[in-house]
Amino acid sequence: MEFETVLGLEVHTELATDTKIFCSCSTEFGGEPNTHVCEVCSGMPGTLPVLNKKVVEFAIRTGLATNCEITRYNKFDRKNYFYPDLPKAYQVSQLYLPICQNGHIDIEVNGVKKSIRIKEIHMEEDAGKLIHDPWDDCTLVDYNRCGVPLLEIVSEPDFSSAEEVIAYLTKLKAILQYTGVSDCKMEQGSLRADVNLSVKPVGSKELGTRTEMKNINSFKAIARAIEGERQRQIELIQEGKKVVQETRRWDDNKGASYAMRSKENAQDYRYFPEPDLVPIEIDEEWIEQVRASLPELPEAKKERYLSEYHLPAYDVDIITGSKDLVKIFEEAYEVCKNAKEVSNWIMGEVLRLASETSTLPEDISFDAKNLGKLILLVKDGVVNRNTAKEVFEKMFSHNVEPEKYIHDNNLKMVNDDSAVKEVVEKVIAANPDSIAQFKEGNEKVNKFLMGQCMKQLKGKANPAIVTKILDEELSKLK
Amino acid sequence: MELCQMSGLELGKKIKAKEVGVVEATKAVLENIEKREQSYHCYVTVCKEEALAQAEAVQKKIDAGALDSPLAGVPAAVKDNMCTKGMQTSCASRMLETFKPIYTATAVQKLQDAGAVILGKTNMDEFAMGSTSETSFFGATKNPWNQDHVPGGSSGGSAAAVAAEEAFYTLGSDTGGSIRQPASYCGITGLKPTYGTVSRYGLIAYASSLDQIGPMAKTVEDVAEIYKIIAGHDKKDSTSVHQPAPSFTLCPDMKGKKIGIPMEFFGEGIEEDVKEAVYHGAKVYESLGAEVEEIKMPAIGYAIPAYYIAACAEASSNLSRYDGIKYGHCATKYDDLVDLYYQSRSEGFGFEVKKRILIGAFVLSSGYYDAYYNKALQVKALIKQSYDDAFAKYDFLLTPTAPTTAPRVGESLKDTLKMYLSDICTVSVNLAGLPGLVVPCGFDKKGLPIGLQLIGKAFGEETLLNAGLAFQTATDFHKKTPVGKEA
Repeated sequence: MEFETVLGLEVHTELATDTKIFCSCSTEFGGEPNTHVCEVCSGMPGTLPVLNKKVVEFAIRTGLATNCEITRYNKFDRKNYFYPDLPKAYQVSQLYLPICQNGHIDIEVNGVKKSIRIKEIHMEEDAGKLIHDPWDDCTLVDYNRCGVPLLEIVSEPDFSSAEEVIAYLTKLKAILQYTGVSDCKMEQGSLRADVNLSVKPVGSKELGTRTEMKNINSFKAIARAIEGERQRQIELIQEGKKVVQETRRWDDNKGASYAMRSKENAQDYRYFPEPDLVPIEIDEEWIEQVRASLPELPEAKKERYLSEYHLPAYDVDIITGSKDLVKIFEEAYEVCKNAKEVSNWIMGEVLRLASETSTLPEDISFDAKNLGKLILLVKDGVVNRNTAKEVFEKMFSHNVEPEKYIHDNNLKMVNDDSAVKEVVEKVIAANPDSIAQFKEGNEKVNKFLMGQCMKQLKGKANPAIVTKILDEELSKLK
Repeated sequence: MELCQMSGLELGKKIKAKEVGVVEATKAVLENIEKREQSYHCYVTVCKEEALAQAEAVQKKIDAGALDSPLAGVPAAVKDNMCTKGMQTSCASRMLETFKPIYTATAVQKLQDAGAVILGKTNMDEFAMGSTSETSFFGATKNPWNQDHVPGGSSGGSAAAVAAEEAFYTLGSDTGGSIRQPASYCGITGLKPTYGTVSRYGLIAYASSLDQIGPMAKTVEDVAEIYKIIAGHDKKDSTSVHQPAPSFTLCPDMKGKKIGIPMEFFGEGIEEDVKEAVYHGAKVYESLGAEVEEIKMPAIGYAIPAYYIAACAEASSNLSRYDGIKYGHCATKYDDLVDLYYQSRSEGFGFEVKKRILIGAFVLSSGYYDAYYNKALQVKALIKQSYDDAFAKYDFLLTPTAPTTAPRVGESLKDTLKMYLSDICTVSVNLAGLPGLVVPCGFDKKGLPIGLQLIGKAFGEETLLNAGLAFQTATDFHKKTPVGKEA
């Protein structure tokens, strides 16, 4: 029997606000445990929440960027459950009236376009973090993350493959980054995805029993988790067993998922409207203000890069998929006005060095204007391409200014014909064997001699000039 | 007149005039506390040293002309469910027996800023759940008029402290009548302000949508003055209304005022003495030139179930944070995390609290939400509407505060359903978010006080206080004191 997979996603993203959702504590990641806490976010008796307006603005922004309807009359609800990382024993969230509803994100996988529907986006507070201390065999709790604002973005079960999920997440991540809503650092937990998955025989209208895998925090792990869970469910069905509706934990190291405690399923959150907060009314004016402040979004940017710059689709996908690469592209372009060159540099050297040094796009720190300058320096024949790559490595690692670096290190291309000629003559004189071979008609020695010349010139010469002069000198010997 | 018999404003005046020192007044009231606490148990915590130190500091500020409140220097006490930085705040529960807050409630802070000397924290029903102040983990408070009777609740300690002259005034909190009913039982004046006028920041929540802090004192003038100090928007409480702090001068003119008496407040179980005293009150208003009419408000009949559902639902969530992890009582023996919760909460909470948490968790549980909680919200809207209709015609309503005078100690806990039903006169006011003022209006045959409840429209505190002052001026029930009558 052939099976098809039905997938839905719940994405949690931490918002890039300076302060928490209901108090003025810092949201900064890291920090000594329990230093970004006050009586409000640590759930002291008698404290009350005060909503951070920025959170609402960020939610509206995300909703508009994902084609959602914005709910005009909003309320918060309490989700009640006991856990030591939740100091009030309830999470303030939105059940009945989420701020954004009925949106969609369009994706493209292997040339096929698809629209993924977004059911809703709601605002809520993050919980703290439990840290198990194996030394003392005890569990410690850090409330720094308590009350950091989150958006939960819930899709409809519109995905049929891991590729679609990854395409959607890539797009969503870019949108959240473009709009400044979140930094989406998965390794810091500011973007986390829960995957709902079920399988059914191809063509069957009835959905299979779904499982949920929680908090998987890298794209690669998500792809592996989906494949693993899909296989597990198919095997169960083929063995005549039933898929149990449950929450599972994906262990990426072991490449397998495990059922979490079964009481998770029986959890009754006893939702009810949060009485400590008043309803929030969002008027047209506010929405239009936010709409006007939206930057160019990934989709529009992609279209523009294709039509305006005629760049390869693959390169455009990669560059517009990251706010940080876009920033590098646009700043460098601003200086050199050569989109093709900038794109080539990003796809080549920038990504190569980033990968070699395990640098995430957001941590790339060189001044992109300097990349534009470097491109101009190559174009103007000040340095040749190979030297430029060397210079760029220094720019990437130490953010050097290219012109000064080239000057200080005497890397300027030698464009002086007489200087080149002198070297060519020296090389010819020093390699009689090669010249003999050349005379016998072996053209291959040209390359060797060219290499020798460049070596003598320390790579700084304009290769075109060297080739020209070498050819001239050699032809004299014929 | 003996110092402790004075009203807050009378003492404030003498302090201003340098006829009485703040330390002297504080010492006098501390002496009363020492003498009478054995009998009445109004306090959970008396902060003698801190109070004397505060008194000295306040005196210095007064001398320097830095305090202009007419109540500056007057010793007061606050209910033990309001957070006081570094001072034990127990909610009369074993759960918070050793809890010392790291901040002070806004209302208390405002009093302190106005020069109040805080004597300590008054006794109450555990987590404000009860109508008698008997559910306190630290033992019941007794009614100063008769120690065999309860002072009412849940702000029983705050009411008894004023009646027994163990504080010049106090703060209470009122979720379903917890300021007004004990004020009535103890023969003092108490105001439950409009929901949202006094910040709840630092008030340990029982039912967030109903809780409100308010003043309890010997006279309407005192209550009005305290109200002016504690009311006003607080940016730390999103539900506090954006209104400037109240400023008004009382003007007790009742001519042409229209007063309604809702018949539903005189239902089954109302004592004849209470009914008589309330109708006598109506006569007093008529004699002052007001028009009084009997009216019908059938929606009031649904108030008690709606109140207990809404209040318990919110309480079950509000009290979930007491889990033994961060602060408060933590069991010493447990098997695992769930058992830690189970043991800590079983040991930390008393019977009435557990009962209300269970009711609340039940009515919110999946499948029951619409049948109970949502229904309660609908009833709440109905009741609000029926009050709105009444206030379209009447300036304020006049009702009993409770169907009876203070029950005997132990009687109510034997039949808690009866105790819940005795909240009939007060809970609808909380559901509608309205202000309610209670002033003494008589005594029953046993000599126990009876209070008259005046209900006003939202933000109609000024109207109520004027009406209260008019009544107080025309009568002398508020001058009666149990002090000196004790055996």
